[in-house]
Amino acid sequence: MSDLLNAFAIAGKAFFGFQAIFFALLAIGINVHFGYTGLLNFGQIAFAMLGGFGIAISVSQWGLPFWVGVLIGLAAAVVLALLLGLPTLRLRADYLAIVTIATAEGLRLVFRSVSATPVTGGTRGLAAFNGDFIDLAPWDTQRRYDILGTSWSGAELWVVLVGWTLVALASLLVWQLMRSPWGRVVKAIREDEDAVRALGKNVYAYKMQALVLGGVFGAFGGMVYALGTGSALPDQYQNANTFLAYAALILGGAARVLGPVLGSMLLLFILQFADTGLRALISNGVIPEALLSSTDVAQIRFVLVGLGLMLLLVFRPQGIFGDRREVMLDAR
Amino acid sequence: MPAESGSHGAHAAREDELTPAGRPAPQRLAQAALKDLPWEVGVAKPDPAIVVDGVTRTFGGLTAVSVDHLEVQRGGITGLIGPNGAGKTTLFNLLTGFDQPNTGTWSFDGKELGKLAPHQVARLGVVRTFQLTKALSRLTVLQNMLLGAQEQRGESFLRALVPGGWRAQEKANTEKAMELLRRFKLDAKKDDFAGILSGGQRKLLEMARALMSDPKVVMLDEPMAGVNPALTQSLLGHVKDLREEGMTVIFVEHDMDVVRDISDWVVVMAAGKVIAEGPPESISQNQAVVDAYLGAHHDAPLTVEEEDRVLAEVEAEIAREEHGDTSPGSDVITDGGRR
Repeated sequence: MSDLLNAFAIAGKAFFGFQAIFFALLAIGINVHFGYTGLLNFGQIAFAMLGGFGIAISVSQWGLPFWVGVLIGLAAAVVLALLLGLPTLRLRADYLAIVTIATAEGLRLVFRSVSATPVTGGTRGLAAFNGDFIDLAPWDTQRRYDILGTSWSGAELWVVLVGWTLVALASLLVWQLMRSPWGRVVKAIREDEDAVRALGKNVYAYKMQALVLGGVFGAFGGMVYALGTGSALPDQYQNANTFLAYAALILGGAARVLGPVLGSMLLLFILQFADTGLRALISNGVIPEALLSSTDVAQIRFVLVGLGLMLLLVFRPQGIFGDRREVMLDAR
Repeated sequence: MPAESGSHGAHAAREDELTPAGRPAPQRLAQAALKDLPWEVGVAKPDPAIVVDGVTRTFGGLTAVSVDHLEVQRGGITGLIGPNGAGKTTLFNLLTGFDQPNTGTWSFDGKELGKLAPHQVARLGVVRTFQLTKALSRLTVLQNMLLGAQEQRGESFLRALVPGGWRAQEKANTEKAMELLRRFKLDAKKDDFAGILSGGQRKLLEMARALMSDPKVVMLDEPMAGVNPALTQSLLGHVKDLREEGMTVIFVEHDMDVVRDISDWVVVMAAGKVIAEGPPESISQNQAVVDAYLGAHHDAPLTVEEEDRVLAEVEAEIAREEHGDTSPGSDVITDGGRR
């Protein structure tokens, strides 16, 4: 029993941890793309990688101040969004999907390649670039703090505080945009582009704006991740993360302001709880070693998440915050 | 100027003639203006809103549209009819920028529309509806309507962030939208998703939404298709109202009763070409139109006697030719004849 309580506490930490922030920001970006505008971005992780490496390269390779690194990361994300959007946004939605998924994979392979090692550090990546940021913390970052049975380092708390502030600001921005006429146009584009064109709106420009905005959210997510881990490795930015962020978005409810945020927190909570909980049950002997060994746990928890998502789509396809009527309109 | 004299005449008529209901008689300025025109393809109109010149569009080997010259009278209802595959919708797509032609130019109010994107055409005041209705399903009816309003401040990304900058305009647009919805009897559904409306209601919504932009030209692609007869009457009324408000209406329709009822001028297309134009009453007498709809040989002999007579004529002709002919072929035939 105490093992399970312990697992609950550890999962609770994951609920608020920087990885949840990372996925929340990725998913907020995907929500702008997919949930509101109907753009299929399957390479959101590429924006995150540019954000993370924007800081890492600027600070540890070029010796620039932290804030300049942030700006470089954001600028890189904007440029990537423009490059992806220019050729594809005039075409059908599937073209953007193909190009983004290829770019995310290709960019990671370039960053980890031998020829890129002098800049990106190759497979070993870059480290020691978050010192300036951690020094900004108003409390002692060397000691550990106990909060509700979980232990956090001072640096961790600082990353999490700044991260959740970013999530709050991003959500506020999305909320304000989506209740404005701008949001109305964007949602109409999701429904039918041609109808919107016939009403005198420049669909291409709106899609581009949405792509850039969502990409910038993704870049912020990558920055939080890089600051949280204190290192930037190309292989941290596997494209599987994009799809986990999609899972979080659908769990929370697409086209809802808080859907991606709560979805990411829950996803991380479930993954962590399944991990710690299963390990505890195996070491207790509740689950016999022959059935499931602790080395399988890392994989099994994703199976459980998959099963959970299936049940969700059967019984509550709109996610936690979604509107069932709205989702059902497509099924007609 | 025929247009001016026509408008004066109709105006005078409106002053003293009132219908029994007390409403002024509808002004049919365009009808009066077009009355004396010859019924010819490409005839110049007194006051054209849209002029099309030499527009062709081919898809591979198929010529979908090939229009030499076409003018559309301002303030009138022009019906565009033709059999399936005649190129009516393609012409619509070309005129509104949704498709680019291979050759040709067209203009609206003297402004060239040739190189404009669809949204630019719409901003000039030429709006269209679609054959397959495009209601924006997961937006409410009211949101659908508000989308039609032009030059909204809140539609720019940065200004959207400052609600104070667009609230007043939004309020005015909402009032305008509600007024239109009342006219189209959709006001009770304003907060419903457009996706749950019936097919006919979607047609109404699409038309109402197009009107939110205060258009000068409204292009309706089969507005009555799939609409029940009662609703057809109300849609017809709305289309006539557009003319009353001075808009130019071009519509594609298959129902000839509808076309006869509301059109001031009818343009007939077949196989991509304009084959006839004229007032609605002229169309059913036009040989080219009858041929296009029924086939050029629809008046070929139908009875046995007639067929025999034609056969006899042909045989007599063959026999005449054989008399002066000594080719081997003719021998074979005479041979066969003896047996």
